[in-house]
Amino acid sequence: MSALTDDTLPVTPRAMRDEMIVFAAMAVLLAIVPFTGIYPFFVMQALCFALLACAFNLLIGYGGLLSFGHAMFLGTAGYVSAHALKVWAFPPELGILVGTAAAALLGLITGYISIKRQGIYFSMITLALSQLLYFLYLQAPFTHGEDGIQGIPQGHLLGIFDLSKPLVLYYVVLVGFLAGFLLIYRTINSPFGEVLKSIRENEPRAISLGYKTDQYKLVAFILSGTLAGFAGSLKVFVAQNASLTDVHWSMSGEIVLMTLVGGLGTIFGPVVGAFVIIAMQQYLAGFGQWVTVIQGVIFVSCVLLFRRGLVGELAHFLRRSL
Amino acid sequence: MKTTISALLLGTALTLASAGLASAQDKTVKIGSLSDQSGLYADLAGPGSTLAAQMAVEDSKLKDKGWKIDIISGDHQNKPDIGTTIARQWFDVDKVDVVVDVPNSGVALAVNNVVKEKNGVYINSGAATSDLTNAQCSPNTVHWTYDTYMLAHATGQALVKAGGDTWFFLTADYAFGAALERDTTAVVKENGGKVLGGVKHPLNTADFSSFLLQAQASKAKIIGLANAGGDTTNSIKQAAEFGIGKGGQKLAGLLLFLTDVKAIGLETAQGLNFTETFYWDLNDQTRAFSKRFSERMKNNAPPTMVQAGVYAGLMHYFKALEALGGNPHDGAKIVAKMKEIPADDPLFGKGVVEANGRVTHNAYLFEVKKPSESKGPWDLYKLVGTVPGDQAFTPLSQSTCALLKK
Repeated sequence: MSALTDDTLPVTPRAMRDEMIVFAAMAVLLAIVPFTGIYPFFVMQALCFALLACAFNLLIGYGGLLSFGHAMFLGTAGYVSAHALKVWAFPPELGILVGTAAAALLGLITGYISIKRQGIYFSMITLALSQLLYFLYLQAPFTHGEDGIQGIPQGHLLGIFDLSKPLVLYYVVLVGFLAGFLLIYRTINSPFGEVLKSIRENEPRAISLGYKTDQYKLVAFILSGTLAGFAGSLKVFVAQNASLTDVHWSMSGEIVLMTLVGGLGTIFGPVVGAFVIIAMQQYLAGFGQWVTVIQGVIFVSCVLLFRRGLVGELAHFLRRSL
Repeated sequence: MKTTISALLLGTALTLASAGLASAQDKTVKIGSLSDQSGLYADLAGPGSTLAAQMAVEDSKLKDKGWKIDIISGDHQNKPDIGTTIARQWFDVDKVDVVVDVPNSGVALAVNNVVKEKNGVYINSGAATSDLTNAQCSPNTVHWTYDTYMLAHATGQALVKAGGDTWFFLTADYAFGAALERDTTAVVKENGGKVLGGVKHPLNTADFSSFLLQAQASKAKIIGLANAGGDTTNSIKQAAEFGIGKGGQKLAGLLLFLTDVKAIGLETAQGLNFTETFYWDLNDQTRAFSKRFSERMKNNAPPTMVQAGVYAGLMHYFKALEALGGNPHDGAKIVAKMKEIPADDPLFGKGVVEANGRVTHNAYLFEVKKPSESKGPWDLYKLVGTVPGDQAFTPLSQSTCALLKK
């Protein structure tokens, strides 16, 4: 992975300032979306996937761990939130909380098992665990198998914000996304993030310096899983359903695709990648199954022509970290 | 005094007339045909359903009366989340009034919620689940063509009465298969039959040999196939390889479409018993419609019952709109009107739109013809029996629909 990201520049005050400017620009752009005539539902969905891709990027871009089972966090949090909201009639904030907590717990268990191995073995273990969960959810009565959990009530957040109003829901999702994004940004630039990067570059050396790398990797895995779960819980309010699609392995693949298209190990790359992929799915939907083929072509050309991804190439060109 | 009264009368008349005009002015309708356009249900619904919708628009002759009717189609790819996304966008952005077709029970139930929330009209013809008119019924939904209750009752009852009193099930291991097995088991027992056992197979199975051997060993007279699409055709083809049909055991495909039978081929499928509510060769009217339909289909296929249901449902919808004198863009109001008017169309005959949204019409028990009996590429079925609508579908007294509790 180092070949892709070794030109990440060291954090300087200038880089920090640049990133905050881009962040502010992104926040403003997203905030005015409802007044532009762009279909807000599409943007909400893209925001959920953007947060998911960012969480995934935290693990692979900065920790060098390629998880091929991140859909399990998305789906688990989605199912738990959906069940809590619909069957237990939890208020939205509690629903999000239990969903995210479930993903965190899952992250602890799966992370503990999978970080014992490295490279392709790590990826395969995460894939195996997510497939295991997929079949569990296929059979478990509370998920309603192929039908999924449907017609989930949106309710009032904190008793004030009526989430069934698209505009209110949009800003709630936006705030959730920005908060998650900032948390990831903060993590990357913390001493913890520096240690993660050093593990990515040279794990034996990090061990020789006295770092317990397994613990760092586990924490990164749990954090990534938790944030992916948070995205899954938010998505429940947008889509009002939780289905097997979200735990299927192809979803894990899509997350990898989004991150790669946007730029691995870049801060804004996954957001751009998520918007590109979701927009493709949305506007090319008329082509049916061909969407998958088009996605494949884009994936191949992305890997062959601009390996750093859209944002990664831009950052490289501008000699900035983005 | 006289002038006052006449002025009042005139005023009232004018108000009434203008009110009538106001609702009559809006004569735009947008139809969304939501289906599986490229997957395993594309043949039995998909593009053919969109064609059926177009034919319904043409046959209603509403365009000559000044109506403006558009059709758009979407591919839900058999995923509930994609289906709801499309449906929601149709209502929000494209201002769609009515969603038709929607095969796949999972997607159908998900879309049901969206249509209710957006107060549209939902004429489902493609999905099997009877939940649409029971636990999850909605004032905006009309369920045409068939459901799991009907399939279980018509086929199950007929076969037990014909002497098939011992059963063994081959069931697709998910919600739809389980429901179908449960419903059929109840019917078999009700009619004095016995279920000797069953085996569940994963969805999309390629190799049925171990399941079929179990079914063969059970010595049950009837092997009930509670699965759909590719699983059904696969299990029937492989059953023939094991000589199950020739060994005295009978297969009962509980959900079988015209296109499935065509895919299996008469040589293998001959003798199969199953239920459908529409067959192109039933009477002069169905033959006339099917001829027009197949001329416009790419592979010249006649309509399946799902596609026929799309046509019939829309024809009834247009009748309701005409009765209302315009499109009120109020789904619940239109569906209420659809329930008032008795259903009568050339394809399904007379029927009733029940209070829970279920449309009841005749169901037919068919047997697949022997290759020697078939006179054309699509001459596949032999009519064995007819079940009247009021017996084929869930009686209102047994329906768990909340709309009925008033």
